[in-house]
Amino acid sequence: MNLADHWLFSYQALIRHRLRSAMLLLAISIGVSSVLLLTSIGEGARLFIEQEFSALGAKMLIVLPGKKETTGSAPPIYGTTPRDLTIEDSETLKQISNISHVAPIIAGTATVSNQSLARDIIILGTTNDMFTVRNLKLQQGKKLPLNSHIRATPVCILGAGLAQKLFPKTSAVGQWLRIGEYRYRVIGLLEQRGESLGLDLRDMAIIPVQSAQMLFNSPALFRILLQLKQADSEAKTIEQINKAIAQRHEGEADITVVSQDSVLNAFDKIILAVTASIGAIAAISLFVAGILIMNVSYISVSQRREEIGLLKSLGASASEIHRIFLIGSLVLTIFGVLIGIVFSYSVIFLININFPDIPIAIPWWSTASASITAVVVGLLFSWLPAKKAAAVDPILALRGEQ
Amino acid sequence: MTKRPKTDTPIIKLSGINKTYQVGDQPLNALCDIQLDIQQGDYISLMGPSGSGKSTLLNMIGLLDRPDNGQYQLFDSNTELLTEELRANLRRQHIGFVFQSFHLIPRLTALENVEVPLMLSGTAPKVRREKAIALLTELGLKDHLTQLPRQLSGGQLQRVGIARALITEPAILLADEPTGNLDQKSGHEVTQILERYNSNGITLLVVTHDQALGKRAKRQLSMLDGQLVNDSKTLAPSKVMPDKTIAVQTISNKNRAELT
Repeated sequence: MNLADHWLFSYQALIRHRLRSAMLLLAISIGVSSVLLLTSIGEGARLFIEQEFSALGAKMLIVLPGKKETTGSAPPIYGTTPRDLTIEDSETLKQISNISHVAPIIAGTATVSNQSLARDIIILGTTNDMFTVRNLKLQQGKKLPLNSHIRATPVCILGAGLAQKLFPKTSAVGQWLRIGEYRYRVIGLLEQRGESLGLDLRDMAIIPVQSAQMLFNSPALFRILLQLKQADSEAKTIEQINKAIAQRHEGEADITVVSQDSVLNAFDKIILAVTASIGAIAAISLFVAGILIMNVSYISVSQRREEIGLLKSLGASASEIHRIFLIGSLVLTIFGVLIGIVFSYSVIFLININFPDIPIAIPWWSTASASITAVVVGLLFSWLPAKKAAAVDPILALRGEQ
Repeated sequence: MTKRPKTDTPIIKLSGINKTYQVGDQPLNALCDIQLDIQQGDYISLMGPSGSGKSTLLNMIGLLDRPDNGQYQLFDSNTELLTEELRANLRRQHIGFVFQSFHLIPRLTALENVEVPLMLSGTAPKVRREKAIALLTELGLKDHLTQLPRQLSGGQLQRVGIARALITEPAILLADEPTGNLDQKSGHEVTQILERYNSNGITLLVVTHDQALGKRAKRQLSMLDGQLVNDSKTLAPSKVMPDKTIAVQTISNKNRAELT
């Protein structure tokens, strides 16, 4: 019996035993779908984080004040050091050839008010480079003055949400408002972009870094964001940064430089582990489907005893019967896998269309591994029933006896 | 059907075949020292009460069963030495089965059922389809090719069964009560078909209860309690004495009770 005939024979058995086939197909496709859909949730989380990082702009380094000697953990948020990181430090970094943009950041909370409307919000003091490094866009108005790192100009740029709250009726651009003790003129509005790595830019105000130094009465930078010209010479650049800061800080490079890649990698590892364990849990349903395949195959062997006896009398050997039943299961499993894949991808497609905000996708490796697992489980669990079929005594089977 | 040359050397040669089944506590001698030669083109009927070993002998000849001891030579092969795989091959090449209850695969059409043996032997789909259509047309089933077994009458089913047995052009056709489930008219038709192919050279062995059918055969065998008690070729109820026949008959009844 050649391969094409095996398929044909199995296919005929499949489509002409509708109920049995439908049951098995359902079981297998549910198993495959559950793996695909559950892993797609993990993959969705990974995509979300990747999206967040790519919004930051590529080739970014973050310089934090204080030296953290630990490695391999999440990036440190605050370090401790007797020497502050200053605006002047950040200006020095501009001289490093591989650095294209330097955005010093002073952050703090302050009360912003327009007459009786007031909000306690995070104020970011920075320069125009910030817009390039974090890929921020304005929907209205203009960016910070080019001399933000020199002069404390009383201007600010508002997040879209904050502008809405403070100026519900009028356009915010051109208006004056009060931040802490000082008055600022609104010169621009940020584009509606939502959250970025936990920072809700919609409810923030951005002012020149010198103004922030004056507002918070402190020269200490919260951090410096750097954009590189070339990502591949990252290590060398970090070395140069350390050297430059050490020169200014009495020979001690008391800073921590975090690269975007290292952060992304850390997240990636965590999410991958989570996704894989979700996938493993979902694989249990594939296993259950396998047991169902075995049960139904056993029933099928009992039902088809007469046919098996007949095939033997027509010259089929035991190994051929074994093969017929294995291929029968294989055909069934492959159909089930296909149905499961089509179903899962349709569900994900519908979610993507209706809820474009939720980044969700089926990772290719889960499709591949679920398919392979299903086929292997299918074959494994039909092995015994097929063996039983091969052992049927043709004489008894043809006589209709057990 | 191609005519096969008739030769004097037997194509089937059984000598000293024994087969014992365990029925309950005691062994049942299904076949007892069977000696049988069958020539190419023979028309043989095999009769006897149920439990006498007819079916076992048929299965033995059809290579579905193995003897406990004795020799079975089919053409040039000593079959008792062969592996299951090789026996299946021989069966596929030389032997066609016709069953009392037809044994068609219910989900396959008449045409597909006839194709199954060629499918098993790996014949190309186009070739086997043409062959099956030709054979079914020859048997008057041209209009029923795509019908499923449940849509066919008994006579038609048996003709499909015969077509399936003949499609590999076997040398030997083994029919187990081929007319047992048919009315008289269909039974007669089926008998005529079988006899037609026999006159074309195929060796035909019919197991039957039907005396009328049995008498039509040129060579008639009778079995009792696993022994061949009558062979019309040797022209006499030779081996067994009448009084022994009676003695054996009582045991046979006992065995039959245990069998059913």
